Amino acid sequence: MSDLEAVAATQGPTGQPPEPRHVDKRDKPRSLAGDAWNDLRRSKVFWFAAILVVVIVAMAAFPALFGAGDPRDCALSRQHGSPSGTAFFGYDFQGCDVYAKTIYGARASIEVGVLATLLSGVIGLAFGLGAGYFGGWVDAFLSRFVDIVLGIPFLLAAIVLAKRLSSDPTNNGITAVTVTLGVLGWTTAARIMRSSVIASKNQDYVAAARMLGAGPARLMMRHILPNSIAAFIVVLTILLGTNIATEATLSFLGIGLKGDAVSWGIAISEAGPYVRVAPAPLIWPSVFLAATVLAFIMLGDAIRDAFDPKLR
Amino acid sequence: MTNITAQIDALPGLDPHAPLLEVTNLHVEFRTQYGISRAVNGANFKLAPGETLAILGESGCGKSVTAQAIMGILDSPPGFVTQGEVKYRGVDLQKLPENERRKVRANQIAMIFQDALSALNPVFTVGYQLGELFRVHRGMSRGDAKRRSVELLDQVKIPAARARIGDFPHQFSGGMRQRVMIAMALALDPEVLIADEPTTALDVTVQAQIMGLLAELQQQRNMGLILITHDMGVVADVADRISVMYAGKVVEEAPVYDIYARPAHPYTKALLESIPRLDKKGQELNVIRGLPPALTAIPKGCAFNPRCAYAQDACRQDPAPPPHIVAPGRTARCHFWTEVIGE
Repeated sequence: MSDLEAVAATQGPTGQPPEPRHVDKRDKPRSLAGDAWNDLRRSKVFWFAAILVVVIVAMAAFPALFGAGDPRDCALSRQHGSPSGTAFFGYDFQGCDVYAKTIYGARASIEVGVLATLLSGVIGLAFGLGAGYFGGWVDAFLSRFVDIVLGIPFLLAAIVLAKRLSSDPTNNGITAVTVTLGVLGWTTAARIMRSSVIASKNQDYVAAARMLGAGPARLMMRHILPNSIAAFIVVLTILLGTNIATEATLSFLGIGLKGDAVSWGIAISEAGPYVRVAPAPLIWPSVFLAATVLAFIMLGDAIRDAFDPKLR
Repeated sequence: MTNITAQIDALPGLDPHAPLLEVTNLHVEFRTQYGISRAVNGANFKLAPGETLAILGESGCGKSVTAQAIMGILDSPPGFVTQGEVKYRGVDLQKLPENERRKVRANQIAMIFQDALSALNPVFTVGYQLGELFRVHRGMSRGDAKRRSVELLDQVKIPAARARIGDFPHQFSGGMRQRVMIAMALALDPEVLIADEPTTALDVTVQAQIMGLLAELQQQRNMGLILITHDMGVVADVADRISVMYAGKVVEEAPVYDIYARPAHPYTKALLESIPRLDKKGQELNVIRGLPPALTAIPKGCAFNPRCAYAQDACRQDPAPPPHIVAPGRTARCHFWTEVIGE
């Protein structure tokens, strides 16, 4: 105690308080983020996923860094050629460099995955928070709407929507695929959000905050949202992974990216028929796709664990 | 600070000479799919500054619901205040619009919850949660709010308050957590503090510390304190008056000494007899037979009659016994209070 009094004495009425002193040995983190970082630092899963994500994002942002050639430089004379020079993975049916196509394909996948997930996140958060917090007829209305969207056959809706949105043949279809995935993919996130909002709405700390004079906006943003967001974030990271995979599926089906777009989905689609002759053009984009999806899901899981004080 | 005081002074009908808190004929019901559950059926009490009123009763007798109704934080629906008044210095809080009433909460009337761990937001540090009160309600800067928070944690006797301000609620022990809760409730200097079973979740030695702290803070601030509990041992030392509730009614109200010495209601008497006593060691404990009534089906007449040793035909018929005046400032809702008190 005398330590503290000394500290208090040195502190003028207007001066900044000195650095807080730790009375016990335990090194206490000062904030939720600091605390989470402390946890993450020690997590192997986090480092593995983070490094993978950094590499993939770097691939998407600066493909030239990876020493790949031009993915659009194709010559039929090299059809299904074996690896040579910088074409570490060989050549595909059209005689394009598989390594270059794989590296350059990251950009479309990441772009579509991240943007579609953000779109889904915004819609899902609004619906989930609104339905869970207000309850009653608002909940009934919003939840039935979620059910309706959930009831739409995904592939059918995606085909119709993507086709409709990308009627311009010169467009590479990134916007169309992003909007399609975003608009169709938010339902699970909204339902998860709704249920965790309902669970935390009835907690004592919300009643306590009301008792201390908090208004509805403050209750929602400060008390309910931070306590119910964890599950939502996990769903979004999984969604990010599946969005990347679904973009590949749509491209494979010929309704996703098109024109001169380079993407893993297109590459997989094109290599499919020749898999028994030349498996490499199919295998490499698939491996990168799977690794990306895995990295995002693991990263999300690790971050969720670190940021959720209830798990500690 | 002056701003808030001015706002409160502007409340319509504020009378500085009226009782600090007055609850009259309060009725609360819960409309559920199984029927209407009448949790509070005419609760009456008054509270003066510096006074401690204990509300005593078994689980499910309407104590906590009464507290929530006073605070205006009932879950509605299903909970509704159907009748009665809650007056703070003459202002009927039920009639205030929600945004006015919000100012009364925490500034004038605050509440402590039973389980401090669940009543503190798990994702923010206690320093943040305390500081937020000062920043939002008092418009303080971050630095000032932090200083006030440390002072407050010092006041509730949390050791090394300055260092612990960055801790999360789950890093505190049960007793320390309840102190944090008390600090939050007292942050805006309320005149009335409602403590809803503040020590139930704590072990006995910590209970005594917390009760002592509450009594001390109450004296310093001349607050009115409403102590809700089911533990007769806890209230004996600190309460000035006791209201015993049963099935949503105050069945007996009396100064603390009188009620322990000569209970005037069979329920109070049975409660006192059920306290384990050293001089009856080895003997069977006295229990109150039966269970409190379901609030969807409260017995006719006196609600306690199925469990009462004194019950006669009159007790089983409506109307329920009125509050008989036993002594000045002392009432009991029992037709046969003279017999009960006389033994």
